[in-house]
Amino acid sequence: MSVALDAPAPVGFAEKIWRINWGLVLVLTAIAGIGVLALYSAAGGRFEPWAARHAVRYGAAFSLMLVVALIHPKVWLALAWPIYIVSLLLLIAVDVIGKIGMGAQRWLVIGPLQIQPSEIAKVAVILVLARYYHGLRKEQAAQFLYTLPPLALIVVVVGLVMVQPDLGTAMMVLLAGGAILFVAGVRLWMFLVAGVAAIASLPIAWTFMHEYQRKRVFTFLDPDRDPLGAGYHITQSKIAIGSGGLFGKGFLKGTQSSLNFLPEKQTDFIFTTFVEEWGMFGACVLLGLFALVLVWGFSIAFRSQHHFGRLLALGVTAMMFLYVFINIAMVMGLLPVVGVPLPLVSNGGTAMVSVMFACGLLIGVNVYRDAQLPRTR
Amino acid sequence: MKPFRKGDGERSGLFTRRALLLGGAQAALMSALAGRLYQLQVLETERFATLADENRINLRLLPPSRGLIFDRTGQPLAVNRNNFRAMATSDRGRGADVLVDRLDQIFGLGEAERTRLLRDLRRSRNAQPVVVRENLAWEEVARLEFNAPDLPGVFIDLGQSRDYPEGELMSHIVGYTGRVSDEDLSGRDDPVLQLATMRFGKKGVERSLEDDLRGRAGAVQVEVNAVGRVVRELDRTEGQPGSNALLTIDLDLQRLAAEKIREHQSGSLVLLDIVTGDILAMVSTPGFDPSTFARGITQTEWRDLLDNPERPLHNKAIGGVYPPGSTYKMVTALAALEAKVIDPWTRLPCVGFLELGNIRFHCWLKSGHGSTNVVEAIAASCDCFFYEAARRAGVDRISDMATRLGFGKLSDLGLPGESSGNQPTRTWKQEKIGKAWQHGDTFNLGIGQGFMTSTPLQLAVMTARIANGGYEVQPNLLLAKSTPREELVPPSPRDTPTAPSLRLDPKHLALIRDGMNQVVNSSLGTANALRVRDPALAFAGKTGTAQVKRITEREREMGVTQASLPWHLRHHALFVCYGPVEKPRYACAVIIEHGMAGGATAGPIGRDILVETMKRDPSRRTDRFRKMASR
Repeated sequence: MSVALDAPAPVGFAEKIWRINWGLVLVLTAIAGIGVLALYSAAGGRFEPWAARHAVRYGAAFSLMLVVALIHPKVWLALAWPIYIVSLLLLIAVDVIGKIGMGAQRWLVIGPLQIQPSEIAKVAVILVLARYYHGLRKEQAAQFLYTLPPLALIVVVVGLVMVQPDLGTAMMVLLAGGAILFVAGVRLWMFLVAGVAAIASLPIAWTFMHEYQRKRVFTFLDPDRDPLGAGYHITQSKIAIGSGGLFGKGFLKGTQSSLNFLPEKQTDFIFTTFVEEWGMFGACVLLGLFALVLVWGFSIAFRSQHHFGRLLALGVTAMMFLYVFINIAMVMGLLPVVGVPLPLVSNGGTAMVSVMFACGLLIGVNVYRDAQLPRTR
Repeated sequence: MKPFRKGDGERSGLFTRRALLLGGAQAALMSALAGRLYQLQVLETERFATLADENRINLRLLPPSRGLIFDRTGQPLAVNRNNFRAMATSDRGRGADVLVDRLDQIFGLGEAERTRLLRDLRRSRNAQPVVVRENLAWEEVARLEFNAPDLPGVFIDLGQSRDYPEGELMSHIVGYTGRVSDEDLSGRDDPVLQLATMRFGKKGVERSLEDDLRGRAGAVQVEVNAVGRVVRELDRTEGQPGSNALLTIDLDLQRLAAEKIREHQSGSLVLLDIVTGDILAMVSTPGFDPSTFARGITQTEWRDLLDNPERPLHNKAIGGVYPPGSTYKMVTALAALEAKVIDPWTRLPCVGFLELGNIRFHCWLKSGHGSTNVVEAIAASCDCFFYEAARRAGVDRISDMATRLGFGKLSDLGLPGESSGNQPTRTWKQEKIGKAWQHGDTFNLGIGQGFMTSTPLQLAVMTARIANGGYEVQPNLLLAKSTPREELVPPSPRDTPTAPSLRLDPKHLALIRDGMNQVVNSSLGTANALRVRDPALAFAGKTGTAQVKRITEREREMGVTQASLPWHLRHHALFVCYGPVEKPRYACAVIIEHGMAGGATAGPIGRDILVETMKRDPSRRTDRFRKMASR
């Protein structure tokens, strides 16, 4: 092996700090800042109960991100499988407890901690897929047989998340996993087959769906059929966004959200609250910031010297995109209401932590972009 | 140069191609979002803006109908009455000034009302309407309707307001309701309390039973237009009216007691069933007119009530604290008997005073009572006997006995404004006064003076516990309450106490009762003038006088008497009694503020009420109960 010859000079601590994408960090902070602004407004011009906690949470998650970014990718390579197994166990645990409890169960309470295993699972799937394809040659990745294990890895998690039921997360895991498979070199015909199979299995999925999920699909297809029931959220959200116009109604002057026409205005519908007050101008700024994050993600993926880093960076970027796209498309009536938060803007601790953890992984790929990672152990 | 690694170049090439494809797809989808934004916010913005302004769907709470309050015979004490009120909404106070100006022209609001209304309008969230004025007369309704085009956001609402048919008579017991305050909200998350029209119990039973009387809110989903007018109703869930309450009060006896007490300037009375603890009457004069609160009290009216020296808002029956004076002597006697420091045959001398060191403690009878036993001492209210009995028993035993008989602590009534009085102990004096307990303090405590204070309710409870054979009955105001739709019925009468026994020697209690019997029915007694000859109505009692100002020897020589003192410096007159003597059932405590002598002013009232109660026997007779009209 010529490994020793190729090895670049070890990277010093100062160099690592320098390599952190501070521009990306700034963009993330700006997005979280918009979150504080929107939550302040959603609470009727008060820091309590959301805005202040959001800021504090971002501070904590920020430190977590920097710590994660400075951990060598070989650690993640080694931990990918254990993390995946643990997240599977947590998902099973939450499903079992959910059976005992009533309705949708997404939380696991361990002492003072409340964790949402599906959030951990998103990152775990990305890690384990990157780990898997890192160990394959190009020809292997293209073979059908080698595609079965990662498919299984995805499907198991999707299945466990579906029964919670958490359609939004299931969709994200499926699509983010698919994205990794795509860039890893799985043959295109397999995607076509999967797509056809998915359409064919829709009627079967339909029978497995909960009543409220079916209602959401109906509502999505025709929001006006039940303007007070299931279609209410979407109708009101569209009214709020539309009435915002070019420059919005002004900070703290939104009428729709302040009149409580908007449900969940602090979580899934935070974009609506923000856009009603800041208009198309504000929406474009926010979308632009998210677009910057994606561009950064791609550039980090391209610059990585190791396959694990590339796949990891792309996986994280795909996840970020899915969060943003699904959420915004949902509140604008382009997708059914599935319950996906807007990362770093919506109120909520676990999503914030998992997004910032993922961003830490992304930045870590850049910090250790020329690390030596053996393909096999 | 980047180091080349075997196999990685191809992988990286494929990755780059596919990743670019993926990036392109993402960019396309993000553009789709921007396109949708453009569609909603630029192309269709006017339509949505109109929708936002004109087509608001709102969830409004329907205030539940408040539970009614009746006396034990089913006569109404608090009812609801229809009330036309003017309501207004404004969008976060937009145009509120103009609106208030116009309303001022119609109603003549006045400065204080204007300020309140402006504040309410600005504070109101979610376009919830605020109250402009309650209890509109017909012509006011007409004037408002006539001016409706000039008054966007103003509408007339049919609500309910509280009415108290008995007015001042029941003011302290029933209390009144008022606007929900921030303090009322603490610990209660019932959303109905946020409603501007909602009322909350502030005093009396309205307060203590608030959570029962309130009921549960219904909700109505309405479509409202830009100025808050309801366009149409979409969905309605009915609420649940509050529970109705049957009080233990007998309205007829209450009325009679109030008439008697009102003959004096200020006083209070508590009438108890000694078996059940039911409060049959509870009077405190003067009272107030609760309807002033129902229609919204003005600043001046409120000031007047607060500044009145007779304190009409204050329920003296539970909140007035007075030294119990001689009515406390039963406690001292019982403590001494139970401690076995005296027995029924113990005779103690009285020469008109007792000396402790060089201080003289006087008996009220200057010439002295000679030698008396415990029964005679209670009958004649000999102070010297109780100085000595108190000295022998000691403060600890006396305080303990007093606590068992109900002194020094709050009852379970839960009424606002109740006082616990003060039952002094050694530690209390050390902590509060910072001085050690003295023998002289024990002497004073023995005759219910000094640091000792109690409320009329506590005196009635003490009398009840002595008269019922030592059962720890608790005073009680609620006879029955009904969950909605159920009929309100009084429980069947009972003749034996269910309260736990105080474990006092029945022989000792019999001695105390014998003493109280002789107070009224023996020629030795201090209240022999009150004697009732009919054996079925014979009663026992104890007089008391609570010192307000000590008349010094010098003043006495100068001819100062109680009657010559200004009203507010005269002694309080106290009387406690129970009856019938043979088979006690009712107990009564009367305090006439500054009434001078217990036997002469408070005594006749206690007798008249007790005799009337024994005649009517409200605890055993339920045939007078009238069922409430079904709603």
